[in-house]
Formats: sequence, C-alpha cells, structure tokens
Amino acid sequence: MSAPTPTSPPRIASNAAETIDARGRQAGELSLPPSLQQFADDAERLPTDELIVNMGPSHPAMHGTVRIVLRIDGESIKDADVQVGYLHRGFEKESESATYTQIFPYVDRLNYVSPMLNNVGFAMAVEKLLGITAQIPERAEYIRVIVGELARVADHLTCITASLAELGGLTAFFWGNRAREHIWDLLEDVSGARMTHSYCRIGGVAWDLTRDFDAKCKVKLAKVRGLVVDIRKLVDRNRIFLDRMEGVGAISADDAISYGFTGPCLRACGVAYDVRKDHPYSVYEHFDFDIPIADAGDNLARYLVRIEEIEQSMRIVEQALVQIPPGAVIVDDPLVALPAKREVYNSIEGMIAHFKHIMDGLRVPVGEAYSYTEGGNGELGFYIVADGSGRPYKNRCRPPCFYITAALRQLIVGANIADVVPIFGSLNMIGGECDR
Amino acid sequence: MAARLLEFLTRERPAALVETGAHVGDEIAVVHREHLVEVLTLLRDHAETKMNMLSDLTVVDYLGQQPRFEVVYQLYSIPRKHRLRIKVRIGDDDGECWVPTATGLWHSANWSEREAWDLYGVRFEGHPDLRRILMYEEFVGHPLRKDYPQNGRQPLIRRPDAPATDDQTTRLLADSHDRRVS
Repeated sequence: MSAPTPTSPPRIASNAAETIDARGRQAGELSLPPSLQQFADDAERLPTDELIVNMGPSHPAMHGTVRIVLRIDGESIKDADVQVGYLHRGFEKESESATYTQIFPYVDRLNYVSPMLNNVGFAMAVEKLLGITAQIPERAEYIRVIVGELARVADHLTCITASLAELGGLTAFFWGNRAREHIWDLLEDVSGARMTHSYCRIGGVAWDLTRDFDAKCKVKLAKVRGLVVDIRKLVDRNRIFLDRMEGVGAISADDAISYGFTGPCLRACGVAYDVRKDHPYSVYEHFDFDIPIADAGDNLARYLVRIEEIEQSMRIVEQALVQIPPGAVIVDDPLVALPAKREVYNSIEGMIAHFKHIMDGLRVPVGEAYSYTEGGNGELGFYIVADGSGRPYKNRCRPPCFYITAALRQLIVGANIADVVPIFGSLNMIGGECDR
Repeated sequence: MAARLLEFLTRERPAALVETGAHVGDEIAVVHREHLVEVLTLLRDHAETKMNMLSDLTVVDYLGQQPRFEVVYQLYSIPRKHRLRIKVRIGDDDGECWVPTATGLWHSANWSEREAWDLYGVRFEGHPDLRRILMYEEFVGHPLRKDYPQNGRQPLIRRPDAPATDDQTTRLLADSHDRRVS
C-alpha cells in the first residue's frame, strides 16, 4: 500500500471540493500517521462477530428491573429482546380476593412514584360502576386533583432527573430529588405516608387536607419552581445533553399510536391526546392549563414535554387551592363510606355498618366498566368486572408504560449501546406498573 | 357518540355480531370469532370509526360457564375521540381456546396478547412471538385462570423437559429476523 512518506506533514487544502482523497476523506482532515493508518485500514477489513449481551435485570444504569438481551455488532444494536415481568406480583390475582377498599394499597404500588394518581384512577372506576360519580362532594374532587397533580410533578421529576443521572448529570439529579422531596413532604402531610399513600376512598378521600396545607403548598411550589428553573439552566443548552437526546430514540406519531402510547410519550410525537382535556373528568374543566406537545418524538421531545407539564401541573394546583370549596370530603352514603369513628364506638348501627364494610366490603352491583384517567405515564385504565359481591370478579389495570416499553425494541434496534440508557430512561418504564 | 358506533356495526356487519349493549356508559359489542379480524379491521380503517389505538386487551375467565373465556378489546380513536369494547367468547377446550391475532392491525397487540396467553392460556393464532411475558418460561399453568389457586407457589426450578428462558432467548436472537408488524 502506498503510504505517504513519514515526513509529510498533514496537508490543509485550499480548495476542499477538489481534494477528496481515495478513502473519501475531505482534505483538511488530519491524516493518521502511517503506522496507525496501517491499523485503521486493517481494522476495516477485519471480520466482526456478532455478540449477545445482557443488560439488566439489575444494571446500574437501568432504573427499572428489566432485562434487555442485545445482539450487537461492535457498538451498534442489531436486535434486542426486552424482557419484563421481574416485578410481577399478581396484582390482579390478589385484587380478586380483596375488598374494593383493600385494593387501594395494591394500586399504590403500581406506579409507585405517583401513587395518588393510581388511587384516583381506581376509585373513579369503582364509582363509575356504583353510579355515584356525580355525587362525589366537590371538595373531594378538588383534593383529588390537587394531590394527583402534585404526584404528577413528582413522577415527571423522577423520570427526568433519573435519566439525567444516568447521563452523568448528577447535580440535576440531586436538585430534582430535592424538589421531589418537597412534593412528598406535602403528600406525607396529607396522607401520613411518604410514598404509599392509600389516601383515596371509594366516594371521596380518607380525610380533609391539613389546616396549613394551603400556605405550605405555596411555599413548597415556589421552591420546586426554583429548582426546575435551575435544572433547566443546567441542561437545556448543555451540549452533551443535547447530543445524547436530540434525534435519539425517535418514533413517528403513527407508530406511537399503534403501540398504544399515551401521556407525555405520545404528546412528544405531536399528538395532543390528554384524558384531562379530551375527556375531562373530576373537576378538570374548571382549570386553565395547557397541554404541551412536541413534534420530534425523540428523547429530547419527551424531556421537554415532561418538564413543561411540571409547570402546568403546578398551575392546576394553584388554581385548585383558590377555587376549592368547603364541605364534606366523602360521599354521604352509609353503603359506600365508612361511618365516622364516633358512631362506630357509640352506636350499634355504626358498629354494624363498620363491621360489614370491613368484613364484606361495599357491594358493587353486577356489571363491568372501563374507567380511564391521565396517570403519570399516560392513560391509566381500570377495567373492573363486578359480580355483585364485595370483591371484584376481575380488576384489570391498563398500565400505560407496559405499552410504551413494548416499543423499546423498535427504538433501540439500530442505535448504539450507549443510547439504550437515555432511550429507556425517557420512556419512564415503572416496573411496578409494567409488571403488576 | 359511541352509540353511533354500535349502529354503525349493526349496519355494516350484522352477521358478525352476537349481541350489542351498553353498561354505565360503555358500549360493548360481542362478535363471532370468525368475524373478529374483519370487524377490527373495519373499525380501524373506516373513515367513520378510525379506531387507531388498541388501548387494552385482556381476558375474563367465567369459570363454570360456557363459553368460558371472554377476550376483551378496548378500542379508542384519537381523531374521533370515541371508545368501543369488542368481546369474543371462546371455550376452554384445547381446540377452542384461541382467537386470531390482532398483531397485524396494531403494534400494541403484540405484548398484550403475549400477556393474555401467559396469564390466561388463550392462544392467539398467527402471533409472531407467543412467549410468556410476565411469568417465567418454566412456569406451569396460567395464573389468572379462576381454577389456579391464589396461594399457588411455583419455585423457580428448571424442569428438565422445559426450555430455559436463556436458551430460548439466545436461539431467538441468533436466528432473528424482523418481527415487527408492518
């Protein structure tokens, strides 16, 4: 092979268009020293073997318990098999032998970063079957919206900052977690539990907001806002972040719909589908908020949609705190709501009602309903078949991220190994919800 | 809105319907298995319906009744914003417990049909990759069937006659071809 003489210096051509060498290199590029050039030429002719590599189920950069088996050629992914189910714990099977009220702790553990939204979704499904949707006290609806939107903020913060940590942006991760702690402080004040709240009940919520919730919430939201601004300053124009996110993991709107994408991942493809706007439930039509959408359908679009939704959710909370009316927080129906403790201890009727509620559960008439709400990851549906007893005959949860994770294979085939982590992170697969 | 969908189906495919009805505001159409794909395709493609999302697929086990299983499809149309529930009733005999796959119509049918197979043992004929998804490959039986005990325990011990998950995956990827639906 005709290598240039060792003494020839790198050439800088004056007219680039005329000087493309035999290897297709633009003139002006530094050519390798001949000893290395020899290696580079040999490497191009080397036969490569495909390799099968496991990622997960316990991989430091996978923030869910999922196993991806990759067939790789060098750095590029030729094929992949995404295996879920490591967190399967029989949610449906357990539900079938629990009373409707006993299911709330189970739904807490579906999407465990926004349990309040699961609580609301499940309660609404049972209320739809009972036919009492219109009788839920307005205060209870407002409380559900407030805690639900706070949970959405926590959910999006988790997704964004966990992905950032995996990309090396640990500072943003710490700031995001600090913001999330503010949200969880509020939810802990309301429910008594930091993460597994079990705060909703069929017909309303367990108890009223704390007396100083309003003031506390304003302080906390201001802090969260500040932290979100800080995070955006840190990453929005960060070259490394943009290079890893922009144009990576893109999916078209048609494919996304066909895969059953909902929520931020679908809105990142330019489809403005949001259950809160398209099928307003609870009191969502009373609020002025926007549905952010992006067009590219890639990692960056999903990040942008989520970070904007944080702001929109906080807007909803602020409006709800102003509008919230006084009154009861659970429907006044002894067949649906537990009697007050005062009555349980002091009257025989109250005690019997309490006993029947705990032992038999509230009776839901024969029928079936599919109820859907906007969860942290998209349309969170519950399909309940009731047989007239106090326990559901079937309680199916439509997990939004199960359908989103199903598209992971398509998104990573053809990408590099290093892209798996940001793509997977931006989809926000939550093991508890995906595997149930 | 959705009541129009039932009228539409009754008008377009009267022979395919077993019954139609509504409960608490949800419209439901029960169709014959042999007409299932035809009905789903019509609903997906017709300009009046445009059900471009199969938002969920599940099975209900009515143990003791015949036919025993109900396969339930929750359809949604993003442009038209309407929903419809399609059901197919099938028996539990080995030759009966199947429905044709919908993977040719929606990508989302792929995993949801795998889940329905895994948990209920309903076969989806024509599915390109009908493996278990939530349970492990060595698991025996289908846990969400009503006759599977709630406290049933199966320690993860590899049976000599069952293919291990790893072998299967390796084989699958080794002769991998593009299994995506078009």
